[in-house]
Amino acid sequence: MADQNPNIDPDGGPRGPQPSLWPLGFAIGVACILIGLIVSVPAIIVGAVLAIVFGFLWVKELAHWGGADAHHVAKEAAQEEPHHETYDRSAFLTAGVVGIGGVIGAGVALPSIGFGILPSFVGEAVETHKVDLGPIGSYPEGQFVVATYMENAEVGEVSRRTAYVRNNGFTSGDNPEPSFTIMFSRCAHLGCPVQPAGLLQEQDTSTYKDVTLIPAVGVSGFGCPCHGGSYDKEGNVTAGPPVRGLDRFEFSIENGNLMLGKLYSVAKVESAGANAKIKKYRYQYPGTHVDGWESWLYPIPTPGT
Amino acid sequence: MAKSARRKQIEAVALYPVDWIEERTGLIGYHKWFLFRKVPRDINWMQTLGAATLTAFIVQAVTGVVLAMYYKPDPDKAYASIQHITDDVFAGWLVRGMHKWGASVFIILMFLHMGRVFLFGAYKYPREINWITGVLLLVLGMAEGFTGYLLPWDQTAYWATVVGININATGPIVGPFLAQFLQGGTQIGPDTLSKFYSLHMLVLPGAIMALIGLHMYLVVRLGVTSPPWSRTAAGRERAEGDPTAGHGAGRTGLIREPSSGEDD
Repeated sequence: MADQNPNIDPDGGPRGPQPSLWPLGFAIGVACILIGLIVSVPAIIVGAVLAIVFGFLWVKELAHWGGADAHHVAKEAAQEEPHHETYDRSAFLTAGVVGIGGVIGAGVALPSIGFGILPSFVGEAVETHKVDLGPIGSYPEGQFVVATYMENAEVGEVSRRTAYVRNNGFTSGDNPEPSFTIMFSRCAHLGCPVQPAGLLQEQDTSTYKDVTLIPAVGVSGFGCPCHGGSYDKEGNVTAGPPVRGLDRFEFSIENGNLMLGKLYSVAKVESAGANAKIKKYRYQYPGTHVDGWESWLYPIPTPGT
Repeated sequence: MAKSARRKQIEAVALYPVDWIEERTGLIGYHKWFLFRKVPRDINWMQTLGAATLTAFIVQAVTGVVLAMYYKPDPDKAYASIQHITDDVFAGWLVRGMHKWGASVFIILMFLHMGRVFLFGAYKYPREINWITGVLLLVLGMAEGFTGYLLPWDQTAYWATVVGININATGPIVGPFLAQFLQGGTQIGPDTLSKFYSLHMLVLPGAIMALIGLHMYLVVRLGVTSPPWSRTAAGRERAEGDPTAGHGAGRTGLIREPSSGEDD
């Protein structure tokens, strides 16, 4: 008898519901709503339809399983008592209240959580801006220039950043191209600003729009005031806790002006200046390895890097 | 000692509102259960550290609410508003000082309280959940310290937060995402400040208050431990009709009770 009912264990106890794909569909629908909230309205509607349809099917299946169980119990009771309740009203009301409460709760919680978390990973928060660092003539060959600039002028002073720019002249080879070494001041240990070890020629300070340029002579490397990380002229770690070299900027030259492009991360630079061989890595947070086995600790890249 | 009729009358009048509330809410009995508890005879001053920590938290909550009336979480105004609070607002220097130094006091007291619980063995059965909620409270308290440190928006605050966020980023797999969530994008900016402000004054204090509620409920329910050097016997069965066997005594023998035989 018991074996014929798929919902009853051989030893008589009720079994959980059969594995079902409906919750998966429901979850996809909810994910669609969340993505739609950021991306587009039609996606919200599609997600809502998916969530409602699959949610309904899921609840129906659960109710069917619960019903079968109750039916079985009721059958046993029927042998002793002729007047039995065939329909479990209290279980239905409980499921109804929990279900409706869950839908209302999800309706409030999901957009709030999405609004709280997702903006950090999409849209304006992860945009990079090209920054105009002024005419390349203001960068004498073979000398570091400390350039401070606004990463995003709309945001104001909080976006002020520093880059160390060195004009390397031209690359050797058949098609010589202008070469610049542009390193971000952010330490690859925990993000403090590194300082050049050399003499700042503050009397020669020049400005271009929001950009301030201070030439430096005799720069032998860079040091970090926070935890003592130190780097050589190419940004390679020479001492201290940093796990990789200084990050660098891509650059372009537009109408004779040096334009800062995207940031990229560097593990180690071979050789120097215009002949430097650099393996570019996706831009990473400070303190995270870009090469070696430790880089396996960070398998999922964050958006905007 | 018989009370005069006049005195009984006065007592009845004075207690009438108390009885009125008790009959309708049961809250008077609850507060008696909460506040007037039996504790071991050889209880120690070290066991007041938890209440001291609670007091420190209340000081933080009260001063923080007042500071929030004058503070402006905007990169252009935050530092100026802190200066305004310190220099111009009446008693602002005092309230800000209480909040700033009280923050350190709160953290220090949490550690001392934790040390006391550890050394007294008060984390053992049946108080494990109290230890766990206590650890969560410690973590939340430290998070309060981290988020609050940014709010003055000076150089120390900014760079300490840069370092703190990037320490988060070094966590395996989710680290970079946690860092990006905390700074509200790929760079620290205006959103970082308002996010930290929201976490500091709404999210974390709310969680701390809820956990303190659970923590203190368990303290009352399970009772207070004797110091480890206590010479009074523990685990005694409660006598029939013992008043301590009702509220606050989930099991017999959780509270050490003095006995005439062993007590000096």
